[in-house]
Amino acid sequence: MITQRFFSADRRIAVAVFILLAAAVVVPLLNLAIAPSSALYVPPYIVALVGKYLCYALLALALDLVWGYCGILSLGHGAFFALGGYAMGMYLMRQIGSRGVYGNPILPDFMVFLNYKELPWFWHGFDHFWFAATMVLAVPGLLAFVFGWFAFRSRVTGVYLSIITQAMTYALLLAFFRNDMGFGGNNGLTDFKDILGFNVQADATRSALFAASAVTLALAVLLTAAIVGSKYGKLLMAVRDAESRTRFLGWRAENVKLFAFTVSAIMAGIAGALYVPQVGIINPGEFEPSSSIEVVIWTAVGGRGTIVGPIIGALLVNAGKSWFTGVLPEFWLFALGGLFVAVTLLLPKGIVGMWDSWRGNARATRAASLAAEAGADPEAPKIVRSAARTPGAWSASGAEPQPAE
Amino acid sequence: MSKSNTILYLDGVSASFDGFRAINNLSLVLDKGEMRAIIGPNGAGKTTMMDIVTGKTRPDEGEVFFDGQVDLTRHDEAEIAMMGIGRKFQKPTVFENHSVEDNLMLALKGPRSIFPALFHRRSAAEARRIDDILGIIRLGDKRDELAANLSHGQKQWLEIGMLLAQDPKLLLVDEPVAGMTDAETEETARLLKDIARDHSVIVVEHDMHFVRELGVKVTCLHEGSVLSEGTLDFVSADERVVEVYLGR
Repeated sequence: MITQRFFSADRRIAVAVFILLAAAVVVPLLNLAIAPSSALYVPPYIVALVGKYLCYALLALALDLVWGYCGILSLGHGAFFALGGYAMGMYLMRQIGSRGVYGNPILPDFMVFLNYKELPWFWHGFDHFWFAATMVLAVPGLLAFVFGWFAFRSRVTGVYLSIITQAMTYALLLAFFRNDMGFGGNNGLTDFKDILGFNVQADATRSALFAASAVTLALAVLLTAAIVGSKYGKLLMAVRDAESRTRFLGWRAENVKLFAFTVSAIMAGIAGALYVPQVGIINPGEFEPSSSIEVVIWTAVGGRGTIVGPIIGALLVNAGKSWFTGVLPEFWLFALGGLFVAVTLLLPKGIVGMWDSWRGNARATRAASLAAEAGADPEAPKIVRSAARTPGAWSASGAEPQPAE
Repeated sequence: MSKSNTILYLDGVSASFDGFRAINNLSLVLDKGEMRAIIGPNGAGKTTMMDIVTGKTRPDEGEVFFDGQVDLTRHDEAEIAMMGIGRKFQKPTVFENHSVEDNLMLALKGPRSIFPALFHRRSAAEARRIDDILGIIRLGDKRDELAANLSHGQKQWLEIGMLLAQDPKLLLVDEPVAGMTDAETEETARLLKDIARDHSVIVVEHDMHFVRELGVKVTCLHEGSVLSEGTLDFVSADERVVEVYLGR
């Protein structure tokens, strides 16, 4: 029974990875190799749109690692996403070279406009892709490490931690709005031309970025599953459920949280870096506290504490958003708010958690009826306590985090 | 008083919260290998004393020494746990979303840093140790059960098992038989006496029947200091103890 349960959660992850890898191959093929007149043709705007959703899904998965598995409700994950995005944006700005409006070979347009005489020190190195890629990992990771080191060591938890993560992203929002920060102020970074020598607008580049997003998300799914399935992952959930117990067993709960928080921030940064070339702009709006809260909604809708849930949530809510903002643009925020209320009240475990407990109940009922037919003890089925030890399925056990003492 | 040959040494310890003196000039000495029962009415400072020993609360004044030489007031919970002090909470606190076996695995003595935990593979020795403990706490047939599905008494035993897995020198056990049936209480007394053979133990308990079962030296706390100390018969014959308990 247990092996079977293990298998089913593993199988779900395997299916998700398979779908993502298949999409990475099939979608670009349908876009590039098929005539636009064909019914199977995928237009470029769909490639870019879904590619963007995949970046959001990676961001939601990153949030889920800390929120779902460690109970840290971060309301500032958009900040790590945006920092990764800015690092990539800076690389893309430097690639414009002398093709900008002002034709300055070194300075990006907004710097010429703002009378910069030379490149600020922190823009050096971003003309190399490897350097920008390193910064995509290092900047969000370092911020999360320093922030988490102070916050977790001081034992800031619960709603207080959520509030200071919110304050962090708001502070960055205000900072990046300033023109003299050197990141393009209000307008952010845009008008990108090339990435690694390929035109960012070209269909083939868009398809490649789509494939890169899908493969990265698949790798992130595997990484998260490996983390959550390890002894450390069990410890992570133990800290979520009974933090003081872990301390009295000799574990340093602050380090457990810090590791997950840093890994999660790096994942969010990678998501941002993949997002920026696909949407063609990064501006301080990405630091808006409301964007970070939206990520929480995606994760909640899909099912926190599951690996596949946040991905499903991010894809569904964003597809809904695209559709809704086309049909009834002024009502989208009401719909989003209503959705969050509805999920909290009706689907506290999200779509995947609901599915699990529904399946668990169905299986238990079936087992009970089979047992009754066979004349056996009908109260036997222990399977009612569906799932739980398996990575990504604990939410089905219905146990809320238990405060120690 | 000499600290040598003591496992726990508290001298003149005081701690207060918002002006309330939870612990007031408390002195208590536990010899190596000794088991001690601590009784006292609600608010006597029993749990606060454990908080001080395990590093959760810092005393305002006084000395707290472990193993004769380690000053516990200078260390935090995780360090103290690693030195070999295990603690069972009043309310059974286990990891409800993990199986019984995983609960023990997380408690098992070993490195406590992140990267070894990430790449941890269970060794044969660890598996044997878990089997042993499952046998001691009589939960062998529940190893794959979620801790959330255990009965109250079984959770208490699991938590005691987690303490054993830590392999501590000193166990602090807070109300181990609260909410247990008579049969479970007797079983627990037997379990603790077993453990006391090669560990030092402090048991806080209200249940006098259980304390009698343990048959060890008793310390009665009242308003944060020691009121009486000796055999259970001696302590329960002490007029001040009777007064405190009966409120005369």
